[in-house]
Amino acid sequence: MNTVIRIFRYGDYDAMQKAGGTTPLPNDGIKTAATAPEWPLWEVFVRSKQGLDHKHVGSLHAADAAMAIENARDVYTRRQEGVSIWVVESKYIHASNPDEADSFYEPASDKVYRHPTFYDLPEAIKHM
Amino acid sequence: MSYQPTIAQLIHLADNALILGHRLSEWCGHGPALEQDIALSNIALDYVGAARNWYQLAATQINQLSDKSAFPLDVNGQATEDTLAYLRDAMDFKNFLLVELPNGDWAVTTLRLLLSASYQQLLLQQLSTSSHPDVAAIAAKSLKEVTYHVRWSEDWVKRLGDGTEESHQRLQASYNELWPFIGEFWENKLALPIDTVAMQAQWLNKINQVFEAAHLPQGILPTWHQTGGTEGIHTEHLGYILAEMQFLQRAYPNAEW
Repeated sequence: MNTVIRIFRYGDYDAMQKAGGTTPLPNDGIKTAATAPEWPLWEVFVRSKQGLDHKHVGSLHAADAAMAIENARDVYTRRQEGVSIWVVESKYIHASNPDEADSFYEPASDKVYRHPTFYDLPEAIKHM
Repeated sequence: MSYQPTIAQLIHLADNALILGHRLSEWCGHGPALEQDIALSNIALDYVGAARNWYQLAATQINQLSDKSAFPLDVNGQATEDTLAYLRDAMDFKNFLLVELPNGDWAVTTLRLLLSASYQQLLLQQLSTSSHPDVAAIAAKSLKEVTYHVRWSEDWVKRLGDGTEESHQRLQASYNELWPFIGEFWENKLALPIDTVAMQAQWLNKINQVFEAAHLPQGILPTWHQTGGTEGIHTEHLGYILAEMQFLQRAYPNAEW
């Protein structure tokens, strides 16, 4: 007997109703052009009170930038995680390809002469 | 002469926060999206926290009375935040009628939050300059929270009004439902030391700015409005809220976990 376990997520019920009840749900992994419109995904970066840089803390869905910042404030700074929020739409983040990691990063491992530690500093600026 | 809040005034402030917080908490787990669910739960927690502060201040004052029999007391004969919240009946509650109305749909909830929070913001601004140190402290803390509530709910009202045909209709329907209840804000039957005339003008100005962005007609103050909350005359909804909220404490008095 074939049983299918369906995982329901937010927004699925509405989309299922629109689609007539028996067609595949949009979040089943089958992306079709006729799915219910989904809010864009945003990546959230938060800087803590004693930090200098914004760290990536997660992502969320929001309709636009103002909502994204409010949602980030509600979801990612509940426990005093930070004092500053950046949000960027995920589609604007470009990442390196992990398959190319070897050619990207390995060559730097045996080029010790690139580190600034091969000369003696004069006495006067010893604590530079 | 420094401001000395009456017990009725403190209870009014506390009840408003408690009942609104309870209503918003009903959305927990049912929000349209994860982030909105968390947002409303956070906002509900803010209100319940504010209610605790006001109840604690009220309890301190009650415990200084020689005759406390008008108030529910714990096993030691003291009024506490818990006895005030869980052991009073509907006719002793002094919240505005607006906050006890059912949540309805997203439009009703966000519009009701906007109307209530923008009133609270003006009220707390005035109270935070009070000469009574405790009142000023509680008001100042709540003011920061309420400022965010106004921003969040205002954004949602604009989005719904300016959104699809359906969202606009729902927002219009919620306006029709809620507007008769806002007149109660300006009665000040409990004589809080606030300038309701100035507050009313500022509030209406703010609300109408939001309505314009949401393509709703400008609101005008109704000539007749629903009233009675501050005197203990409530809608039937409060009975249901209290039944749910107080059942455990009344069925198992002094229960702890």
